[in-house]
Amino acid sequence: MIEYVWLIPLFPAMGFLFNGLIGRWCNLDKKTVSWVACSALGLSFLFSILVFFSLLRLPPDARAAVPDKVLFDWIVSGDLKTVIGYKVDPLSIVMALVVSGVSFFIHIYSVGYMHDDTGFTRYFAYLNLFVFMMLTLVLANNFLFMFVGWEGVGLCSYLLIGFWFERDAPANAGKKAFVVNRVGDFGFMLGMFLIFTHLGTLEFNQVFAKAHILDPLTVTMITLLLFVGATGKSAQIPLYVWLPDAMEGPTPVSSLIHAATMVTSGVYMIARCHVLYSMAPISMVVVAIFGAATAIYAASMGLLQFDIKRVLAYSTISQLGYMFLAVGVGAFSAGIFHLMTHAFFKGLLFLGAGSVMHALSGELDMRKMGGLWRKTPITFLTFLMATLAIAGIPGFSGFFSKDEILWQSFSSPHGHLLLWLVGAAAAGMTAFYMFRLTFVTFLGKCRASEKVKKHIHESPPIMTVPLIILAVLSVIGGYVGIPHVLGGRNYFHEFLAPVLGGLPEGVGHASFSLVKLAHAGGGGMDGSGANLELVLMVVSVIIALIGISIAFYLYILKPDVPKKLAKRFKALYTLVFNKYYVDEIYEASFIDSAKKIGTFLWREFDDGVVDRTVNLVAGLMLWCGKILRKIQTGRVQGYALGIVLGAVVVIIFLIK
Amino acid sequence: MNQLGFPILTTVTFLPLAGAVLLLFMPKGRDELLKRVTLIISLVEFMVSLPLFIYFDEGKAGMQFVEKVPWIKEWGVAYYMGIDGISLFLILLTTFLTVLCVLSSWTAVEKRIKEYMICFLFLETGMIGALVALDLILFYVFWEVMLIPMYLIIGAWGGPRRIYAAIKFFIYTMAGSVLMLVAIIALYFLHGKATGEYTFDLLRLYQLALPIKTQYIMFAAFALAFAIKVPMFPFHTWLPDAHVEAPTAGSVILAGVLLKLGAYGFIRFAIPLFPAAAFKAVPVISILALIGIIYGALVCMMQDDLKKLVAFSSVSHLGFVMLGMFAFNVQGVQGSIYQMLNHGVSTGALFLIVGMLYERRHTRLIADFGGLSRVMPVFATFFMIVTLSSIALPGTNGFVGEFLILLGAFKANPVYGVFGATGVILAAAYMLWMFQRVMFGDIKHEENRELKDLNLREIVTLVPIVVMIIWMGVFPKFFLKKIDLSVQHFLYDIKARHEVVAMPPEEEGTSSLVKQVEGSGLKLLITKE
Repeated sequence: MIEYVWLIPLFPAMGFLFNGLIGRWCNLDKKTVSWVACSALGLSFLFSILVFFSLLRLPPDARAAVPDKVLFDWIVSGDLKTVIGYKVDPLSIVMALVVSGVSFFIHIYSVGYMHDDTGFTRYFAYLNLFVFMMLTLVLANNFLFMFVGWEGVGLCSYLLIGFWFERDAPANAGKKAFVVNRVGDFGFMLGMFLIFTHLGTLEFNQVFAKAHILDPLTVTMITLLLFVGATGKSAQIPLYVWLPDAMEGPTPVSSLIHAATMVTSGVYMIARCHVLYSMAPISMVVVAIFGAATAIYAASMGLLQFDIKRVLAYSTISQLGYMFLAVGVGAFSAGIFHLMTHAFFKGLLFLGAGSVMHALSGELDMRKMGGLWRKTPITFLTFLMATLAIAGIPGFSGFFSKDEILWQSFSSPHGHLLLWLVGAAAAGMTAFYMFRLTFVTFLGKCRASEKVKKHIHESPPIMTVPLIILAVLSVIGGYVGIPHVLGGRNYFHEFLAPVLGGLPEGVGHASFSLVKLAHAGGGGMDGSGANLELVLMVVSVIIALIGISIAFYLYILKPDVPKKLAKRFKALYTLVFNKYYVDEIYEASFIDSAKKIGTFLWREFDDGVVDRTVNLVAGLMLWCGKILRKIQTGRVQGYALGIVLGAVVVIIFLIK
Repeated sequence: MNQLGFPILTTVTFLPLAGAVLLLFMPKGRDELLKRVTLIISLVEFMVSLPLFIYFDEGKAGMQFVEKVPWIKEWGVAYYMGIDGISLFLILLTTFLTVLCVLSSWTAVEKRIKEYMICFLFLETGMIGALVALDLILFYVFWEVMLIPMYLIIGAWGGPRRIYAAIKFFIYTMAGSVLMLVAIIALYFLHGKATGEYTFDLLRLYQLALPIKTQYIMFAAFALAFAIKVPMFPFHTWLPDAHVEAPTAGSVILAGVLLKLGAYGFIRFAIPLFPAAAFKAVPVISILALIGIIYGALVCMMQDDLKKLVAFSSVSHLGFVMLGMFAFNVQGVQGSIYQMLNHGVSTGALFLIVGMLYERRHTRLIADFGGLSRVMPVFATFFMIVTLSSIALPGTNGFVGEFLILLGAFKANPVYGVFGATGVILAAAYMLWMFQRVMFGDIKHEENRELKDLNLREIVTLVPIVVMIIWMGVFPKFFLKKIDLSVQHFLYDIKARHEVVAMPPEEEGTSSLVKQVEGSGLKLLITKE
């Protein structure tokens, strides 16, 4: 079964070709288009499951050593040989499952959400193309082929953000996303060049096998350059600026691309390259610090936004920061775990936001919402589930994954108390802004206009069923990785251990973190580590509850307090509300200066210097011609004089 | 004689000329007939050029399909033609683009169709001749012959400032070439003096080991001629003028093939004739190429005229070509050749696309468009794909070329690689910004509301290009394997001879060459006629 892995990305590719060529050309009806698109994803999901179970049947050690499935040679030049090939191991198949699964549900949801859009066929063609590219990214067996997916998802993101291209805002946002991503890709490419010049290959297996010959400086450079790529794709400081604007795209796109899948590729890439990162402690510190900083910075921006999708966008950036914090402290599988649970609950939150917009005729401003829970009960309940999950309430999936990251950021050999503090503070903010969002949107009085109010309705089943499925996953998704201190068994880490390491022989039942601790302390799994883990867990839950209580106090009990606070701390409020003016600063320092330089080079230098010189040379020739023309007057006397003078010169010359 | 036993290169070279002669005898007013006949000639020409690809032996490094007949015996001038993996695809590109040019001129050219078509076919002979010639005089003849029809195409069928542009193009290129002619003749005498054999045979002249100072001067003369043609910064200013004024098909051929002849000139003549000087020139050329990449992109970004924008993007793309070539490693040089083909396909397509807009609106100013995606969805799809190819998205042809070039440059000197790679970011910025201003947003001008989408002829023109973009992007090996050995041979050869000059005689020149052949462990089949 495993050798059929290439079918997983093939189905969406065929769906894209069918809808993109035949569907648009022949104006196929919406039913056919949506059936093709969704069944392509369904088949893709099915094959992911089949491959997953085939892999599960292998003994754990063999799972990471499945031979790559190579289809054909791609770029071959001298000693460079790259292939179109797929890699199946626990890590890639977990990603493939998450991607194809979440995509499948979002495709179904989209059939309802996009039903009245004129670009229906185009939308599904792009969406299929996106899934194809994303699966390529996660299943590729070498850096260069991964880069195809890497830039390919960027392209789809561009196309889908700018889906409503008649308006300027989406078109601008799409372009911004692509160009900012290109800045990241610049780093990724240089990283690949360094790998190739030092190791002579770009294939994962060979690179990681040969990595030990790299010197520390090179491997640090490589990992930092790859991380630049990750900051672009996964919206980390300093390249996060495109993601909030990306909310101009259709909401299911925000859910799929800008929350559940594409933006997590940076985390996946680092986990994939964990061999290299483990060799570069400095890079690990950099990743962890950038992750933690992004987590709290983006969370702070989410506190004050009124646009529900923007709140979720900042939340996504912040949660991605958590994942980078995890991989930065060496807890690679914890990062992937959070990636998975986040895909469920954040995907769901966006779909819920879409359902709210659907009910409110496209309204995004939460100040014009309120009291929706009565009329949209399913949306409300599923949204609440996801909110509880992201806030890290025990029992929900987010609790397990987030808590593990926090614990690792403290206890891992790469961890630090400060990292934990920042992470915990961000967790409190997350709980606050998420409950603020839920309270203001669903509870209280409805503040919508009368006209909108009349139309408020629950979404059709085609939209609510995916909501329910994702809600179930958001709740139970965490139970595959219960920490040992709570008496569970961390199946998730055990499954990933052959790739990401961390589980030595015979300790299969222990949780990842405790094994690490045991290693660090040299002792057994005695009580102290476990107790500390429990204490920190309780602390982080308390922080989350404090966040929720503040939100409850400010937005349910005393709804007029926030305005007063805003007035009192006006400078701070303005700064945060305007997102620290980073967009404006970037605009002024990069875009405007590039334009100015371009204009200067064109008008002043190209026209004024280079071309003028060319024309000057030509003019000089003309001028010489004009001068010389005067000699040739046609007057015989002149010529005679010339002949005489010439003869004199010749004679003088001869005599001398 | 050659593997086909048939003078195929002569046929490919002169078939268009024969077609042009045929057109001379056709009645003037029958425009439709003239166009059809030209289209058939160009299609036949394309078909005839295909066997070059099919029968090309990728296991042989030397020249293939060779034809050699003495021409002016007293002076050692021969009618000497042959191709290797480097020129093979450029010839195919020429025959391929000419068909599309004829198709694109169907309604765009309204006056003097007969003369126009004759010029085009004549031009095709000139370009192919320059690509197959292995005798310096023969090459020079074709090199100069190309100028005349291009001059006429710009000057007679161009825009309002066509005379200025045509003369600038002609004189600028000519000025560079004259120095090359002087160098050719000097080379002829130097070779004669050194060996007693007076010849213009390129492959013989390769073997001449010149003192380094002579090499510098000669290389400079050749390089100037080719640098103007490429065009490399700062010799590029004729290009925007020529492009803006030329008719669509003229721009396509100018960008698609003529510029490549400059780069081809480097790889076929300037570098292998004077390898030691070429190696010394690496920093100069590489830095000029980098300036071209970044400068071209920055200037490109601010253009308000679509054609000028595409013209400056050519400066940037050709900078990549030169950067890769002077990396002097397999990836760089292969990428450089691949990028020449990509640029021919993609930039050719961009000019076709701009031409299609111009035919509809009679303007090329970006500000006059906006929101066209809504009214011209088919056009938008083609435009998008070509744009993506131009910004080197993986999966399109552009990526293969740029990746190999940057990898090669990085291997040669990481600094060059890093600066070159910034061009990738800038390309995305200027192309997508242009695309957005033309295609996205609201329709700002009422005239644009009624624009017609592409007709069948235009779709037929663009489909082969899109097929090539994806084919070359997904299956590059199909092309690269034919280029590979020739490039390895080229690199091996210039490196060996560069060292002969660079480390003067401990032993005799030839024997040290042979030694390195053995020492490198590289299997080479150097064909001898």
